[in-house]
Amino acid sequence: MITHPKPEELTEAVGRWIEEIRPQLDPRNQFLARVAANALAAVTRELTLGEEAKAAAVHRLGPILGHGGTYEGLNWELCEKLRAGELDAATPGLLPALRANVLDQLAIDQPNYRHEGSLP
Amino acid sequence: MNVDVREGLEKLAVRLAGEGARVVEAQRLTGGASMETWAFAVEAPGGRQDLILRRRTAPFDPESSRSTSLAAEAALIRAVAERGAPAPPLVHLCDAQDGLGEAHVTRRIPGETLGRRINSDPKFDAIRGDLARQCGEVLARIHATPPPQAANLKFADAAVELDRYEEVYRASGAERPVLELAFRHLRQHLPEPRTPVLLHGDFRNGNLIIDPDKGLAAVLDWELSHLGDPAEDMGWICTNSWRFGRPDRPVGGFGEYADLLAGYEAAGGEPVPLERVRFWQALGSLKWGVMCLTMYMSWATGTTASVERPMIGRRVSETEIDLVNILEAGL
Repeated sequence: MITHPKPEELTEAVGRWIEEIRPQLDPRNQFLARVAANALAAVTRELTLGEEAKAAAVHRLGPILGHGGTYEGLNWELCEKLRAGELDAATPGLLPALRANVLDQLAIDQPNYRHEGSLP
Repeated sequence: MNVDVREGLEKLAVRLAGEGARVVEAQRLTGGASMETWAFAVEAPGGRQDLILRRRTAPFDPESSRSTSLAAEAALIRAVAERGAPAPPLVHLCDAQDGLGEAHVTRRIPGETLGRRINSDPKFDAIRGDLARQCGEVLARIHATPPPQAANLKFADAAVELDRYEEVYRASGAERPVLELAFRHLRQHLPEPRTPVLLHGDFRNGNLIIDPDKGLAAVLDWELSHLGDPAEDMGWICTNSWRFGRPDRPVGGFGEYADLLAGYEAAGGEPVPLERVRFWQALGSLKWGVMCLTMYMSWATGTTASVERPMIGRRVSETEIDLVNILEAGL
């Protein structure tokens, strides 16, 4: 893929421009512009962190499901087994794996979100 | 339905305050998909009134909707006020003569509604410690209110809520392991049935008006009121999504569980065990996660166009970490 510029550099540049013009907008559009800048920031993080997060999730789900595969395939199978009750909160290693996967996703979606698990 | 709200308010001012009354400072505060809120003031020879207009902007089907009608909301506000629960006093229920569609007018209560400010602004330091107890007291009064016939409230306990939200989740086509786990886990840990009571249905930081001197001054947004488990209202205000950056203070990001429960009992509420509140807190996270998906879906299907909607879909992971935290702590 082209690296001059990288896609995350384009999203970053557009995000910065939105921040620049934001003060000139009416209150409703200021709010929406902030949401738009946040969306671009999430895309930027997904572009830089997404592949690694996916690989880590595959690595974590393998032992729980007993085999390897693609992220999409393993995620689908995990959903089906949880729905059927074949795996549940008592399954050894399940909650720690889910926690690690969700934390990786949260680092992309909402890195500033504070929750009970982020308490000292 | 095209309604000129400003023009409607001018007519309404005369109806409420007589000839010579005029509207000043009318501004739209929020505009959701189906409801909008306006702040305005009426100046008349007899004095000035600060008011709030709530009006529906999309067709309403009382059979399928989870929301009550604004007429039902008006009946509820009157009923709970008689029991000493603070709701903004109803001034007027609009009719065809007003030309504003389905709408009502209440008094505007001064104070703060933004959760983040309530939780961090030093001007609330003096009363912040009282809020959880006040919430408990007010909930006990709401729950003790006989449901007004005119409101025609629906019943929904945890099983009903799980069915409703799981259906929405399945229809979305999303594949989220933590939500799958939570649906099944909560179904298998349903609390023992309790006598249904009148619930506010959206009792959370953000729907409370907080006065820097007196604390809890009014409870807003009664449209999700229904009959159900008293712990639902308690669990919802403890859901981490409404703690606004203060997960260390479980009640709304401003208070402690023990104070909420003590206030509830002190005002005559039947004791509610903490684990029941935690169950509903988890169900609260699950519901909010599905609602975030719903908001993304409303954009994906072309129902709404705002950039805000798809981005809210990226908040589902917030509710997933909250669910994992509760499940790991034990439920």
